[in-house]
Amino acid sequence: MSRPLLTIANVSKRFGGVQALQGVGLAVQPGQVHGLIGPNGAGKTTFFNMITGLVPSDSGSFELDGVAYKPTAVHLVARAGIARTFQNIRLFAEMSALDNVRVGRHVRSHVGWWQAVLRTPAFKAEEKLIAAKARELLAFVGLEHKARHAARTLSYGDQRRLEIARALATEPKLLALDEPAAGMNATEKVQLRELIERIRAQGRAVLLIEHDVKLVMGLCDHVTVLDQGKLIASGTPAEVQRHPAVIAAYLGTGHGQGSNPAGNPAGAQA
Amino acid sequence: MLAAVALAVLPLLVQGAGEAWVRILDTSLLYILLALGLNIVVGFAGLLDLGYIAFYAVGAYLFALLASPHLVDNIPAVAALFPNGLHTPIWLAIPLGAGLAALVGVLLGAPTLKLRGDYLAIVTLGFGEIIRVFMNNLDAPINITNGPKGISSIEPLRVGPVNLGEPLQVGGYTLASVTLHYYLFLALVVLAVVVCSRLHNSRLGRAWMAIREDEIAAKAMGLNTRNLKLLAFGLGATFGGVSGVLFASFQGFVSPESFSLQESVMVVAMVVLGGLGHIPGVILGAFLLAALPEVLRHVAGPLQQLTGGRLDAAILRQLLVALAMIGIMLVRPRGLWPSPRHEDGLLPDDAAAAKGDPA
Repeated sequence: MSRPLLTIANVSKRFGGVQALQGVGLAVQPGQVHGLIGPNGAGKTTFFNMITGLVPSDSGSFELDGVAYKPTAVHLVARAGIARTFQNIRLFAEMSALDNVRVGRHVRSHVGWWQAVLRTPAFKAEEKLIAAKARELLAFVGLEHKARHAARTLSYGDQRRLEIARALATEPKLLALDEPAAGMNATEKVQLRELIERIRAQGRAVLLIEHDVKLVMGLCDHVTVLDQGKLIASGTPAEVQRHPAVIAAYLGTGHGQGSNPAGNPAGAQA
Repeated sequence: MLAAVALAVLPLLVQGAGEAWVRILDTSLLYILLALGLNIVVGFAGLLDLGYIAFYAVGAYLFALLASPHLVDNIPAVAALFPNGLHTPIWLAIPLGAGLAALVGVLLGAPTLKLRGDYLAIVTLGFGEIIRVFMNNLDAPINITNGPKGISSIEPLRVGPVNLGEPLQVGGYTLASVTLHYYLFLALVVLAVVVCSRLHNSRLGRAWMAIREDEIAAKAMGLNTRNLKLLAFGLGATFGGVSGVLFASFQGFVSPESFSLQESVMVVAMVVLGGLGHIPGVILGAFLLAALPEVLRHVAGPLQQLTGGRLDAAILRQLLVALAMIGIMLVRPRGLWPSPRHEDGLLPDDAAAAKGDPA
C-alpha cells in the first residue's frame, strides 16, 4: 500500500483526572473512507478535535501527506488540508448558502483588502472564480437552487450537506465529518451515503465519526474502534465486526463472551 | 443622479435659512463618517467597540498639533525647525490622520483579540477613556495637548487655493465657510461609502461576517481570525482618524471633553439604530441621531417658554432623544433600515455573484 495520507500516532490527552486518550493512532490511506467508532465516552470526539486542531493534545505525532503538522491552531490545520464539519451544525446562519461556501474558498484565495477597494482586475478575476467554484460545489451537493437562501432557513439535511460543501470549498486533502448522519431520516441517510461515495470517487479521503453502525459498515474502507480512550481494533469493517474486543465494548464483557462467543456480526450492529 | 444634484444643492438652499443649519449638516456628515467606520468593526465583524471615539480624538489632536501655533509656542525645538509655524496641507493631514488612527486601532485591538461580547465592550470602553485621560494630562512635563484647556487657533484646511475657513466668491454668489466644509465632508463620505460597500462585498467582508456568525466555524474554514479582526479594527479606525482631522479643521478648537464616553455611545447607537451592518441604514441612523438634537434645540426653546422657563432646554432635548431611541428600538428592533431579510430567507443576489454567474 502507498504512503498513508494522514498518520497519527501515540496521541494522549488527560483532562484533570480523566485519561481521555491513551496512545491512540490511526492511518488514513489516500482516497479511503475511514470510520472512527466507539461507544459513548470512548474519546472519539476528543480525538477528532485533536486531529483538526480544536483541542491541543498532550503528546503525539501528526503527519499529513508526508508533512508533519502541529495541530496548535484550527485555521492552520484547515490551511494544511483538513476541513471538518461539526456534530451540532455550525453554519454562518444569516449568510446565504452561496456565501457560506464562498467563505470556504477564502483560504484558497489571496487578493488583499486594497485590491477589493480598488476593484483591480485580479480581484474581479478571483471573485469570479470563487463564485463559480462555490456554485459548482452547491450543485455537487444538490443545493444549487438554494444558493440565495439564508443558511438558517434550510432544512436539517440541507444544512448538513451545505456544511460539507463549505468544507469541500477549502480543497481539503482530507474531509473530516463529525457524525454527519446524526438526526437524519432514512432518505437523508441514503443521500448522505451517496454523497460521501461521490467524494471518495473524486479521490478525496474522508474521516468519519459515526454512531450509525450500518452506515459505517456499509461505507467505510477501514474502521478504527476506540473504547475508554484506547484503540481496541482497526481493520476492514468485516474484521472489526468479528473482533471480540469490539463486541465486548458494545455489548459488555459478559454478553460479548457469553451469549455471543462466535462473534456474530449482528452483535456489533446491535 | 438626482440624489447627487440634491446633495450638491442642499447647502445652498439651507444657507439662505442661516449658516447654523449648514453647520448641522456638516456635523451630521462627520458623524456619518464615524458611524461608517464603526460599522466595519461592529456591523461587519461583530466586535462591539465602545471606545471608538478614541480614533476620532487621535485624528483631531493630530491635526490640531500640526496646524496650530501650539507646538511652535511650547517646544523650542519645533519652533527652530519650522520658523514659519506649522501649516499642514490637506493631502498630508488626511493620510496622516488615517494612518495614525489605524496604527492606534491595531495597537488597541491587539490585546482584545481573545475577548468577545460584553468583555470586549468593557475593555474597549476602558481604552477609549485612557486616550481621553491622556489628552487631559499630557500638558506636563512637556505641554503637548494643553490639557483640559484644549488647543485653539487651528487653521482650517486648504483645498488647493481654496481656504475652507473663508467665504468663497463664485461669480456673484458667496459660499460660506460651512458650505465649503460641507462639500469636502460630502466628498469624503461618498468615498467612505464606496470603500465600505466594496469591502463588504468581497472575500474580506464575507470573512468578517463569518467571524461574526460563528468564530469557531470560521477558524475551521482556515480563516486567520486574529489578522482579520486586527484588519477590521485598523480599517475602522482610519475613518475615525479622518473624521477627527476634519472636525479639528471645522471647529478650529479641540479639547478632551469632545471625546467623552457619551460620544462613543452615541456612535454605537447610530450604527445599531440605523441597522447593524447595513450601510444605508447606518447613514440614516447617523444622520438622524446627529441632526435630531440640533433640530430639537429649536423645538425645545419655544417649549421652554410655554412652561414659563421651568423646563430646562438641554434636559428636555435629551429626554426627547431618549424617547425617540426607545420608540424606534421597540418598533424596529433590527434598526430603522436593516439589511434585507425575508421570511423565506431569500437574500438578494449581490453584484459579485451575478458577475460570477455564467448565465
